[in-house]
Amino acid sequence: MKIAITTTAPQLQAQLDPRFGRCAYLLVVDSETMEFQAYPNPAINAPGGAGIKMAKFVSDLKPDAVISGDFGPNAAEALRSANLAMYLFGESQSVQDVIERFKTGKLTRF
Amino acid sequence: MTNRDSLKIAVASGKGGTGKTTVATALALSLAEDTSKPILFLDCDVEAPNAHLFLKPQFREEKPVEILIPEVNEELCTYCGKCAEVCQFQAIAVLSQRVLVFPQLCHGCGSCTMICPTNAIHETPKTIGVLQKGTAGEIEFARGVMDIGEPMAVPIIRQLKKWVAPLKPKITIVDSPPGTSCPVVESIRGSDFLLLVTEPTPFGLHDLKLAYQVAKELQIPAGVVINRENGVYEELDEFCAQVNLPVLMRIPFQRVIAEGIAKGENLLNILPEMSEDFQNTMDVIKTLVKKGK
Ligand code: SF4
Ligand code: SF4
Repeated sequence: MKIAITTTAPQLQAQLDPRFGRCAYLLVVDSETMEFQAYPNPAINAPGGAGIKMAKFVSDLKPDAVISGDFGPNAAEALRSANLAMYLFGESQSVQDVIERFKTGKLTRF
Repeated sequence: MTNRDSLKIAVASGKGGTGKTTVATALALSLAEDTSKPILFLDCDVEAPNAHLFLKPQFREEKPVEILIPEVNEELCTYCGKCAEVCQFQAIAVLSQRVLVFPQLCHGCGSCTMICPTNAIHETPKTIGVLQKGTAGEIEFARGVMDIGEPMAVPIIRQLKKWVAPLKPKITIVDSPPGTSCPVVESIRGSDFLLLVTEPTPFGLHDLKLAYQVAKELQIPAGVVINRENGVYEELDEFCAQVNLPVLMRIPFQRVIAEGIAKGENLLNILPEMSEDFQNTMDVIKTLVKKGK
């Protein structure tokens, strides 16, 4: 499965970024092989509506799930209308950890 | 912008809580003592208008402020995404066979409607606030009030200015929103003079520097009122001298003022003798405006 996760750096070892719209990077990880693609947030400097811009960006990548620390109301509405499943990473400490928890169904659905 | 015998003064401060409205209302009241010159007070702090607390106007007229926001007819829409591309505010998004409009982010600029190749967008009015007009003694008073949760202050200020334009007052006092963002710039635009209210603290100085930049960019002559002065704060005076920003007035820190303001009394009620100081300040402002022209 293709999982999109917000992180603070473009690596698998990066820390998780709790912000969706204003995250530093988006990692799209293959949950089986752990192969990934990192994208800098195109909306990071948007004066407003960063969550929406980010939602559009993510939905164009067509992941199976999006995982972040939280989702603003506008971003959530946009992601929902794109039929993207949203999860909160909660206590997870690393990308690896998030993927494990996702696979075992331990993440909270947003 | 304004003709010779009308004068528009904007009162602003780089942050809230400096006593900007106290100064603006006191200035208006001191000028209103000369009833031969009609005065208009414009409360442009549409997010949190409070000048009415001090001037106690009676409102007689009201007008809603509307902007036009897009509505998409999905039957005509091809999901080409052009509307989302042209929108500077991310207020419209095209996500896999859905177009979403976020009314709270929309500025009503009309660009999306114009660009849509299939005419799938039409515009519907949405109320974002209200304009009110009335009198407070000799003073004409008008303000804009933004609806709660609406983030669009600029269109309200713009429409407020347009609404009162036919009044043709001799003197207009504009109470600007605090800060240095777009609504502040919109409220100040077209003024002949900018009165910056600050406090003698490092924070006050920091915000004054930002506000001064706005004056400089808009090329409006400016002066400073130091409020709650409590001893000397040299850095503030040094900065003013350095950039040639005249200090027009110093209002000392006094407990009676703070207590009176808290009770909703205006400054001139508390200290009537200050009226003369304000009138003198006004004379200096007039000279500075003339010099600037
Ligand atoms: S520009 Fe018009 S046709 Fe294209 S996505 Fe927007 S509403 Fe649909
Ligand atoms: S009217 Fe302007 S601000 Fe509103 S959605 Fe259309 S392009 Fe964006």
